Amino acid sequence: MSQETVLFLQLVISGVAIGSIYALVALGFVLIYKSTDVLNMAQGEMLMIGAWISYSLIADYRIPFVPAFFMTLAFTSLLGLAVERAALRPLIGQPIISVIMVTIGLSIFLRAMVIAIWGTQYQRYPSPIQDSVVSVGPVPIPEVYLWSLLVCLLLVGALTLGFRFTRMGIAMRAVADDQQAALSVGISVRRVFALAWVISALVSAIGGMLLANIQGVGIGLSAVGLKALPVSIVGGLDSIPGAIVGGILIGVLENLSAGYLDTPLGGGVREVAPYVFLVVVLLIKPYGLFGKERIERV
Amino acid sequence: MLTLNNVEVMYDHVILVLKGLSMEVPEGTVVALLGSNGAGKSTTLKAISGLLRTEEGDVTDGSIEFKGTRIDREDAADIVRRGIFHVLEGRRVFEHLTVEENLMAGAHTRARGASLDDDLDRVMGYFPRLIQRRKQSAGYLSGGEQQMLAIGRALMAHPRLMLLDEPSLGLSPLLVQEVFGIIRRINREDGITILLVEQNARLALSVADYTYLMESGRIVLEGAPEKLRDNEDVKEFYLGLSDVGERRSYRDVKHYKRRKRWLS
Ligand SMILES: Nc1ncnc2c1ncn2[C@@H]1O[C@H](COP(=O)(O)OP(=O)(O)O)[C@@H](O)[C@H]1O
Ligand SMILES: [Mg+2]
Repeated sequence: MSQETVLFLQLVISGVAIGSIYALVALGFVLIYKSTDVLNMAQGEMLMIGAWISYSLIADYRIPFVPAFFMTLAFTSLLGLAVERAALRPLIGQPIISVIMVTIGLSIFLRAMVIAIWGTQYQRYPSPIQDSVVSVGPVPIPEVYLWSLLVCLLLVGALTLGFRFTRMGIAMRAVADDQQAALSVGISVRRVFALAWVISALVSAIGGMLLANIQGVGIGLSAVGLKALPVSIVGGLDSIPGAIVGGILIGVLENLSAGYLDTPLGGGVREVAPYVFLVVVLLIKPYGLFGKERIERV
Repeated sequence: MLTLNNVEVMYDHVILVLKGLSMEVPEGTVVALLGSNGAGKSTTLKAISGLLRTEEGDVTDGSIEFKGTRIDREDAADIVRRGIFHVLEGRRVFEHLTVEENLMAGAHTRARGASLDDDLDRVMGYFPRLIQRRKQSAGYLSGGEQQMLAIGRALMAHPRLMLLDEPSLGLSPLLVQEVFGIIRRINREDGITILLVEQNARLALSVADYTYLMESGRIVLEGAPEKLRDNEDVKEFYLGLSDVGERRSYRDVKHYKRRKRWLS
């Protein structure tokens, strides 16, 4: 295999791995949007907090990775609950723009908190994963990428099955479809909202830990939150498969454009590529790749 | 079984819609609540099921009792658990869920681990049209099938009292017959008490044991269906038959004239 092909495959595979993390974060974003009609602009900060907390537990408190992982999840789900309860529940029924403003405010607040506690320095993540490189066929790929991919696939699979087959999963989709009708069958819409925030906080935290394994922990992690928006819009904003496909597409696209265009264009392509792609997709499919079809009967 | 006592309902703290409404639904019966568009029929059902609060509505006076317990301060979900199920106007199935998932959603309040297979079979027995649609999105069903699904979804909750809001709305006459036949069977075979809201008075009178007629947030006439059927005003304005035998729509007739006559 030529050097060229190996490079290409390397970019694609690591792009899929990073993209699967985007997909995870976008899934959290879409979940909140679908169930509660809120665009959560603080998704990236929730991710960053997950990464920092696990960092502190491992590096400062010397807790082994596995218990630290679960403690982080417990803390972030509490955070998700608290945010829903304190900041968003009072806003139910308010115009979408006020709700967005509140989540933007929330993102600034959380970011300030992170800076106050952990500062702005980047830290190397105390990763349980070896620094080794494994070969996928002829293509060398750092092991962390493969772990990320595996974890994301498992998580997305579990959530998809959960939404399909469990009582609460069906309840969540029912709420997304018609809130009043959901109330009429005895679903507690309040509990569904809380659950959406908890699941979203959980997947964000896991996404944060995975990404920290690759990039280290720092304030820049929250930028992924900004990617959740184009990723979900590309996918169709209210579609979970859309978020997954959108995440992976954008991960690959970013990697390829950074790999091939950064040198000729002088850098920064990685940051711009998702938005260019977003505009192109929306021009062709205004509701995104998987946007909810409006069912019209004749 | 269900008693409404001088119930007053306001929307947005200012719009008074129910103005002291009283009615009674005895166990095991079908009670029809008739009235023209905007009379407050749907509001009455929402006051009972607790869904009023989702529309900034409140029971500001009077009381609603179900089996001797006041329920007018309870959450919609708790009211479903007590055995009251509101089948909303316009069917309101979950369009992006399959038929089967809609039915599972109807069973949301049932005990965990309860076997739902028998209930699914029972619903499919009532509505065989839904069998081959089981795995289809409910949004693609016809209006009649959606109404059947909405009633089937209610059955899954094992209610004692079903509130039906205009189940005939938008259905072809043939389907209306079918749906009403099943409403009667649900009442007789499963012993479910039914409070039926209808604009189609002829239809409602044909299934009801007792009937209330409401106008502008009040009950203006009540009695056995025969009594209402024989009432000249009901004949003229709700059944479309005037004294001279010609068919007329009640919409053609001035509202004030109607009210004046009933209230006097
Ligand atoms: N959510 C609401 N907010 C304000 N007014 C409402 C609301 N829902 C209904 N109304 C008003 O209450 C009155 C009764 O409505 P409704 O109960 O839907 O009547 P019906 O079901 O008999 O046609 C109407 O005048 C309607 O405009
Ligand atoms: Mg109505």
